[in-house]
Amino acid sequence: MPEALLDANARGAAARRDDLRLISDWIPRGATVLDLGCGDGSLLASLRQERDVNGYGLEIDQDNIAACFEKGVNVIEQDLDKGLGNFQSERFDYVIMTQALQAVLRPDAILDEMLRVGREAIITFPNFGHWRVRAYLGFKGRMPVSSALPYEWYDTPNIHLCTVKDFQVHCQRNDIRIIERTVVNRHHRSGALTRAWPNLFGEIAVYRVTR
Amino acid sequence: MPESIPPDSVGLVEPQTLHVDQPLELECGRVLPAYDLVYETYGTLNAEASNAILICHALSGHHHAAGYHGADDKRPGWWDSCIGPGKPIDTDRFFVVCPNNLGGCHGSSGPLSRNPETGELWGPDFPMMTVKDWVKSQTRLADALRIRQWAAVVGGSLGGMQAMQWAIDFPDRLRHSVVIAGAPKLSAQNIAFNEVARQSILTDPNFHGGRYYLHDTYPRQGLILARMVGHITYLSDDAMRMKFGRDLRSGRFHFGFDVEFQVESYLRHQGETFSRNFDANTYLLMTKALDYFDPARDYEHSLEKAMERTRCKFLVMSFNSDWRFAPERSREIVNALVQAGRDVSYAEIDTPKGHDAFLLPIPEYTKLFGAYLGRVADEVSAHA
Repeated sequence: MPEALLDANARGAAARRDDLRLISDWIPRGATVLDLGCGDGSLLASLRQERDVNGYGLEIDQDNIAACFEKGVNVIEQDLDKGLGNFQSERFDYVIMTQALQAVLRPDAILDEMLRVGREAIITFPNFGHWRVRAYLGFKGRMPVSSALPYEWYDTPNIHLCTVKDFQVHCQRNDIRIIERTVVNRHHRSGALTRAWPNLFGEIAVYRVTR
Repeated sequence: MPESIPPDSVGLVEPQTLHVDQPLELECGRVLPAYDLVYETYGTLNAEASNAILICHALSGHHHAAGYHGADDKRPGWWDSCIGPGKPIDTDRFFVVCPNNLGGCHGSSGPLSRNPETGELWGPDFPMMTVKDWVKSQTRLADALRIRQWAAVVGGSLGGMQAMQWAIDFPDRLRHSVVIAGAPKLSAQNIAFNEVARQSILTDPNFHGGRYYLHDTYPRQGLILARMVGHITYLSDDAMRMKFGRDLRSGRFHFGFDVEFQVESYLRHQGETFSRNFDANTYLLMTKALDYFDPARDYEHSLEKAMERTRCKFLVMSFNSDWRFAPERSREIVNALVQAGRDVSYAEIDTPKGHDAFLLPIPEYTKLFGAYLGRVADEVSAHA
């Protein structure tokens, strides 16, 4: 793997770890969870330890699957783009997807599926409406690269980027109710600016939604 | 045996025999009054007897899973790729037990042994065995070895079915069930292939109703055909293409029915070797055990209900080129376990090797297998 990409992956993993702290607070003790694109199983491992949460992760990368095995985390090799048809409706309390919505073939379809198999869905994604992203494209005239979006245009797995506003419009049009939202900056902190103008100052958006 | 024993081999091993006098009530309604189980062990049982792994063998397998019996052995045990020091089933950490199933032809009571009540060879009169019966007989071996609870019960193909049945029938006696290249039951196509294999044996003129040994012969041709058709289902189209393609033995057509294509030569060789080393009655019995396997049948035909009985954690693995027990069949097991709320992990190995892949040292496979069992070994150490 080229060093730049390795570095990007490491930063992706770091961003994911920060998401975990935000998400953990929303999950009650003993909940059942399905984690889509669970990576090395860190979220499920910490939820199990801290909140007695019982769950499964879905993953396609076999190095990540091995890492889940080593942690004793339930992981099922499954391609998200093939849907969640093997899970019964309302099987889980929460279906979580961190930093993966923008990388699937049909984010709208997976969102529907998440809300079918789970009572609630928790989603995090990089906000493409952040001022730095806008400035990058606006002034440099080039596809934005940042800590939340660490790829070049040709190697990015992020094929369906959206803004905070895009996501909210989508929810509104599709009868998806937003229960909670946290928009944070690159240090995973929420401040006056991110609260006042989330689509401009938020780098990572975290949503809890239901139908 | 190789000139020196490789460092990751369990080395020279010796089979042992457990004689059981306690009658075994079988699913078919008959009772086996007493029986022998031949088995091998590798590694050392810890003081708590908590590091034991049971290996269940497949259709034509036996107790000799790893290591060598003697200097004349050309090949090690059938699962030597996965059992040994530092291998996925690490004999430095686990005590590994592998029995030969009842009805087998490698030392455990079966058609080749004598009925203790008549003194005659059992032959075709040996009772029909099922996966449930095998698992029950294996609990007696566990008792004899003072193993209250297996760290894991592990098997591929028909062996995986036993690992699944253990979890359902004796939920407190294992902590992990590892089901590799398995299926929750056979499909009509699977049964059809088994039936072709059986018919080729049953219609061999040397079969003599299963009492061929009284006529100093055996259904050689039937066994060869049975193994040939079986072997085709163990390999994938791609594996055969890569191994043989359309290669000709002599480079040209002979316009006859002798062996011309390499694949024909290979299949005949496999069949002939097998026919010399395997008993026809055992083959018939083992294929029926496969056909009968259907744990959901006892639970209103719901695999989910069957799995609700289980208490252990599961690892399910499949191979994408396996068309005998395709990945979809493994996913049926996984889905039932998820629905039943049980701990399960699943991996699908990318390989062209087909069903036989579970026996081979495929790096992606052994890595994941080792990662899972490494965790199992860590759990054992943590509780020691």
